[in-house]
Amino acid sequence: MKKAAWALLLSSALVAPAHAYTAYVSNEKGNSITVIDTDKLAAIATIKVGRRPRGIELNKDGSELYICAGDDDAIQVLDTKTLKLTGKLPSGPDPELLALSPGGDTIYVSNENDNLVTLIDVKRKEQIGDIPVGVEPEGMAVSPDGKLLVNTSETTNMAHLIDTRTKEIVANILVDGRPRFAAFKQDGSELWVSSEVGGTVAVIDPAKRELKQKINFEIPGMSKEAIQPIGVSITGDGKRAFVALGPANRVAVIDAETKKIEKYLLVGQRVWHLAFTPDEKYLLTANGVSNDVSVIDVASLKVVKSIPVGSFPWGVVVAPK
Amino acid sequence: MKRLAAACLLLFAAVPAAADALNVKVGVLRETHSRETLSILDIPAADDTLAGALLGAADNNTTGKFTNQTFEVIDEKLDDDADVAASVEALIDKGALFIVADLSVDKLLAASERARAKGALLLNVSAPDERLREEDCRANIIHVAPSRAMLADGLAQYLVWKQWRKWLLVKGSHEKDELLAQAYRRAAKKFGAKIVEERVYEDTGGGRRSDSGSVQTQRQMPVLTQNAPAYDALLAVDESEVFAGYLPYRTWDPRPVAGSAGLSPTSWDPAHEQWGAQQLQNRFMATFRRPMNARDNNAWLAMRMVGEAATRMNSNAPEKLRAFMIGKDFSIAAFKGVRLTLRPWNQQLRQPILLSDGRITVSVSPQEGFLHQATELDTLGLDQPETKCRLK
Repeated sequence: MKKAAWALLLSSALVAPAHAYTAYVSNEKGNSITVIDTDKLAAIATIKVGRRPRGIELNKDGSELYICAGDDDAIQVLDTKTLKLTGKLPSGPDPELLALSPGGDTIYVSNENDNLVTLIDVKRKEQIGDIPVGVEPEGMAVSPDGKLLVNTSETTNMAHLIDTRTKEIVANILVDGRPRFAAFKQDGSELWVSSEVGGTVAVIDPAKRELKQKINFEIPGMSKEAIQPIGVSITGDGKRAFVALGPANRVAVIDAETKKIEKYLLVGQRVWHLAFTPDEKYLLTANGVSNDVSVIDVASLKVVKSIPVGSFPWGVVVAPK
Repeated sequence: MKRLAAACLLLFAAVPAAADALNVKVGVLRETHSRETLSILDIPAADDTLAGALLGAADNNTTGKFTNQTFEVIDEKLDDDADVAASVEALIDKGALFIVADLSVDKLLAASERARAKGALLLNVSAPDERLREEDCRANIIHVAPSRAMLADGLAQYLVWKQWRKWLLVKGSHEKDELLAQAYRRAAKKFGAKIVEERVYEDTGGGRRSDSGSVQTQRQMPVLTQNAPAYDALLAVDESEVFAGYLPYRTWDPRPVAGSAGLSPTSWDPAHEQWGAQQLQNRFMATFRRPMNARDNNAWLAMRMVGEAATRMNSNAPEKLRAFMIGKDFSIAAFKGVRLTLRPWNQQLRQPILLSDGRITVSVSPQEGFLHQATELDTLGLDQPETKCRLK
């Protein structure tokens, strides 16, 4: 019997090469992280963490998960092998989203009480600097070459472009109301910023440091106030983008070259953040109100599964192999 | 040489932040609000309304560092018998062409009259009167505060959603209580509720505090609500803070109280924390060491609206900013879960209405299922087809 099971496992491993990635979902009210096996498309573990976990990021090799535990005023570090918390980083009050330098040695975190972006040295576990930005800093992204840091300020309504070497702001670009998230195309040619209240996504040219275009959304039968863009994921080849639309319960599929909207995919309720599996076969969405993760098959653009997770899921990341 | 100049010009055009410094002066013209509140928690602070405006200016100034704009607040307190026109004049003389107005209806209209000659724009942060948005609407007043009809509709939608459709309405004896009662009668008709009976609580004068305590009220309130036809919820209509606060837990029949006490419709509550509101509450508390009330919040929002328009238009001209604010490109985030815009026909800010029990935000209207062809926010208050407003 045991032998047969082994054989089965082996054969399935042969048929489908090992694509079992691990996804991590932060549960804002559950004070936990749900671990998902992307092969089984099922939750395999739940880890108790600090209070109000929202933004999460993996380090380069996927060995550590950094968790913004807002109500504990800290970034917690989770060892992804042992699934144990190993320590915390001094984020300042109420961290929500963070970004990692490409080398993985610096964490940039928004500190909204003091209108600052705080820099943390990961190894030394200490703050190494602050950059004053607009009111209620939120979204964070680092350009693929590591030279440019972007912070969005929710009440100032700007994307602040910051030179990571000099730590000086080099440009401030006005976008629509309550910008919450920023993402670069992998070749660094474009920066996408979602505005939750404004209901648009701004496409910025990081080289010229100017707004290229705004993407609007329209869903028949849905009021425009309900369309609130949050999470943005762009495919590695830069050809397609996915934008989570919050209480519209949909993910917009966008031709990232022409910026035309191809499709709206119905997912769970109050969709926040998105993450691809590293092979870009699946896109996972964290759905805040329905307490689940929707799995989008990227090739067919179909929602193929929903996975129950903890209470009020918010952030999602997937570990490389 | 000429070519070089042209190149320079082009360069500047591409970097708006390098534009000339722009200063925006905003007056805060405020009446003193009564300290005779039923709960001591509601006694207005010395910096009531003003504090909100100051925080809004501070937020605008943080943004202004990047846009080369500065915002300044000029406080003008109005004594009971003071001439409001003279105060408007004084603010305008100091350069304030935007005025955050915390004024009752007649004073606001008088202020509007005087401001018009000088091209100043008023932002109403407290007067809930319908007539300011209807027959007495003015082109130089933007209404940040919700109207009585918006508040009443917000509460009515929830009561109807809850299937509490039969209301006992108890109103005070003041003129504004009757105006609020009218809003509830209209809401009942609009959303299919029924007012089973109306009663009046006469204000016989006197103060709110006494060392003798609650012995009398504990006996008065059951009598006031005795022998009523069957009802689901008691609607307290008492803008003057005479009796509503005494009703919860004291009604003859065990029924929930809503309106001026119990579950209250409002534009802001110190306990509101959703949609990032906690950030604003924290900022306010850290700066002023007290909770932010609805007037403070409206003043903050008025400042943010002026700031947002000034940033987008790179101007401090009232008419230019007004035109932008009532246009389709304007929206403002105010921690209410959706973007807020202005109704262009009467310059009323569209907004969700919070329903608060004073401890928790119980619900937020519009409620699910109340639909509208333009925006669900227009299910609250008087809509465009029924408006009597002709802006001038």
